[in-house]
Amino acid sequence: MTTATAEILSFEEAMEKFDPVLGFEVHVELNTRTKMFSSAPNAFGDTPNTNVTPVDLGLPGVLPVINRVAVESSIKIGLALGCKIAEKCHFARKNYFYPDTPKNFQTSQYDEPIAYDGSIDIELADGTVFTVEIERAHMEEDAGKLTHMGGATGRIQGAEFSLVDYNRAGVPLVEIVTKPIVGAGERAPELAKAYVAAIREIVKNLGVSDARMERGNVRCDANVSLKPKGQEKFGTRTETKNVNSLRAVEHAVRYEIQRHAAVLDGGGTITQETRHWHEDTRSTTAGRPKSDADDYRYFPEPDLVPVVTDDAWIEKLRSELPEPPAARRKRLQTDWGYADAEFRDVVNAGVMDSIEETIAAGVKPATARKWWMGEISRRAKVAEVEPAELGVTPALIVELQGLIDAGKINDKLSREVLDGVLAGEGTPTEVVAQRGLEVVSDDGALLEAIDGALAAQPDVADKIRGGKLQAVGAIVGGVMKATRGQADAGRVRQLILERLGVEG
Amino acid sequence: MTDLTRLSAAQLAEKLSSREVSAVEAVQAHLDRIGEVDPAINAFLHVNTDEALRVASEVDKERSIGDAMHPLAGVPIAVKDLIVTKGQPTTAGSKILEGWHSPYDATVVRRLRDARMPILGKTNLDEFAMGSSTEHSAYGPTRNPWDLDRIPGGSGGGSAAAVAAFEAPLALGTDTGGSIRQPGAVTGTVGVKPTYGGVSRYGAIAMASSLDQIGPVTRTVLDAALLHEVIGGHDPHDSTSLTDPVGALVEAARNADVKGMRIGVIKELQGEGYQDGVQARFNEALDLLRQAGANVVEVSCPNFKYALGAYYLIMPSEASSNLAKYDGVRFGMRVVPDGAPTIERVMGATRAAGFGDEVKRRIILGTYALSAGYYDAYYGSAQKVRTLIQRDFDAAFTQADVLISPTAPTTAFKLGEKLDDPLAMYLNDVATIPANMAGVPGISVPGGLADGLPVGVQFLAPARQDARLYRAGAALESLLEDTWGGPLLAQAPEIAGVK
Repeated sequence: MTTATAEILSFEEAMEKFDPVLGFEVHVELNTRTKMFSSAPNAFGDTPNTNVTPVDLGLPGVLPVINRVAVESSIKIGLALGCKIAEKCHFARKNYFYPDTPKNFQTSQYDEPIAYDGSIDIELADGTVFTVEIERAHMEEDAGKLTHMGGATGRIQGAEFSLVDYNRAGVPLVEIVTKPIVGAGERAPELAKAYVAAIREIVKNLGVSDARMERGNVRCDANVSLKPKGQEKFGTRTETKNVNSLRAVEHAVRYEIQRHAAVLDGGGTITQETRHWHEDTRSTTAGRPKSDADDYRYFPEPDLVPVVTDDAWIEKLRSELPEPPAARRKRLQTDWGYADAEFRDVVNAGVMDSIEETIAAGVKPATARKWWMGEISRRAKVAEVEPAELGVTPALIVELQGLIDAGKINDKLSREVLDGVLAGEGTPTEVVAQRGLEVVSDDGALLEAIDGALAAQPDVADKIRGGKLQAVGAIVGGVMKATRGQADAGRVRQLILERLGVEG
Repeated sequence: MTDLTRLSAAQLAEKLSSREVSAVEAVQAHLDRIGEVDPAINAFLHVNTDEALRVASEVDKERSIGDAMHPLAGVPIAVKDLIVTKGQPTTAGSKILEGWHSPYDATVVRRLRDARMPILGKTNLDEFAMGSSTEHSAYGPTRNPWDLDRIPGGSGGGSAAAVAAFEAPLALGTDTGGSIRQPGAVTGTVGVKPTYGGVSRYGAIAMASSLDQIGPVTRTVLDAALLHEVIGGHDPHDSTSLTDPVGALVEAARNADVKGMRIGVIKELQGEGYQDGVQARFNEALDLLRQAGANVVEVSCPNFKYALGAYYLIMPSEASSNLAKYDGVRFGMRVVPDGAPTIERVMGATRAAGFGDEVKRRIILGTYALSAGYYDAYYGSAQKVRTLIQRDFDAAFTQADVLISPTAPTTAFKLGEKLDDPLAMYLNDVATIPANMAGVPGISVPGGLADGLPVGVQFLAPARQDARLYRAGAALESLLEDTWGGPLLAQAPEIAGVK
């Protein structure tokens, strides 16, 4: 259900009058083998209600048991966010009735999160760095998935009935909560996107989550409030729920800033509530009123004993942490010798990993960049996929580049070879053979073509004889045309000069 | 031939292992007894005839080919209907679970099956174990075999009555505030609440998770020890389960001796509020223990007076959350009201129709106690009382090896007598609740009769020292039986209406 779009102020005007304050709650689904409190598989996309045990269905008599790997993953996230790790923490019950929650309470950490007081540096596209303070990262379990049937919109309003799939119920989650983020100003929407992207990158890099936003592995609730320029006190916030793509995070924050600004500018007040994000209209609508006094009757989960950590355990986990993404980027840029702008483009294009693998396979950094930022990115754009999803492997690039370096094909032919490989015609060498794409290296055949080209453009030939060497290009072009591009342009140039008795 | 139903589990086990008696004969004898007396007692909600006989016949076959068997193999047992069993219904004494079959076995049930003990059926209880009389069962009250007009205690009145009426030699109960021990006291049977964490709770339908504990319901202390050793010990499915081995409980029961044992009489759990006959039997028990060489001392537990009040905050708080899952969505009763059946209305109508008054009362109490703004005053304060009670126990156990008190302040009252007075009903558990609040183990053993009705004597021990209960309990049992000339239950009247 999408209701009429609310009044909004232009972003520029909003920024003239107000300072935005942001806050994020990002839920990360862990990729543990089993669920948070049961031995059921933690897997996406299976037949509904098959990955369940009596525990996940909340049957009478069941008890939860904490997944140790999930705790370790949570600690790793905490460490990667620079958090302190609690020596002892417990779970609580968050009581509310809803059919996606089998026990009608969610087992979650409340007043004692596993990790707290951290921060991460967020680098924006132009290199500006914002430090975002992390309040806490706590463990909890996911709910099941409701599908509302019979209505026009798929929402509960107007539905005739609802189906519930408990495969997701009990999947381990880590909820990462920021402190209020002030001072982002007009860069707030960009920062929002960059923050979520950074969290996604960190958990993916840690290997603790598949981090696929389209599957809900990373879900963002974005809090926005505005305060008039110069005011210290925060305004009333809204929480836009489940904004599940990076682009949507940016748009939702921008929209809410504009909407708040219009309301406040018109003398109105912001209602503290949740908002739903609509991708189609790029706008939000009101959800349920939310107050700080929502009564979930939290109390310590009596079926679980506290999670107790010790230094040895934490240090062992710390030693297992991979290199942080920001440090890795710095190292790779230095190793590869890319300029700042070049490297940023590589990062923004999402091809850094691919380039790293390609270089590791034996391709020079500059060449690897040329491939990934050039031909492959171009193709990805046409196909509307990520470059890494095209199916171009480092080994393939090694082989193609090898053929070019050996003079067997040229750059232009390499694109055709790539076509053939991606069309499943075989390896580059096989495609070259089958399509007959090899560069003409028979001087006899080339000379024949050169003679033809010279005869066709006698005036050019004269210019060359007269010492105007830049005119050679026109003859080379003629030869390339005659050989349908299958000639080595360098060799052709050399032969033309020899033919005309001119020193190159 | 001996009446097999009159044998203790230990005696029956002996006859089974010597093959003097077959397991099928033993099970059949108890099924016959159930058929005979249960219409009057109503201890069983479900009788598991076919499966019990099948297991018995398997045991007989295995034994005949000389397989090594568990000592209790073939000894039948009844299970409180709060404990889930595959292949049989589990109702928790509630309409809301009528017809529900668990797809899994409780850990204790699995252990009974591993020991090859035939399960006779499921016993009656106050709905979700909430009560002290079994009158709050949605399936009618259970009656006390000593006097059919009286209650058998609760919530585990069904298990206690089944054992007292010789319908089963053994039964399982659950004890959150006395639901094993108080029925034991008023039916002249033995009931044990193990150390919290000593027996897995996995598959015991939760009332108050931090207080609930499964334990044995039997006619002798030795039988309780035998059963305790079957069901006890660590279970990875229960995070609160202790990793300690269950301990040499049977050995302790066989080593019944209180010579030199320091027995602490809890000053606060006697006198005012305790029926004269109960106090008199208790005092006589103390005399016997002294004569047997025990060092009887008085200990004070001043915070026990707050135990009942704190219990009635913690227990309903946890229960209100534990019982939230009964909503008609996934299992059990579903009531769809007229009009637009939104999920909220279906949940509401199901819970309104499925739960009885006492359950609703406790859900409301607990919801209130956990509410924002009241949490600190109620739940928070109650948890502090809990700590104080633990400290009282710690102090008392520096002066005594075990503590002793009457199990319940009165003998069995009449059906209906306290049904409309919840506070009077709650007072029945005043002596049993402290053990649950502190997680320490307790046993109730028959202490004699007052006006023809059984009285119970309770021993309490430090956490993980359950063996002391068996040693002291068996000693008192033996001293008392010497004065009675046999088991107390031998004095029970024939069940009215039954030849």
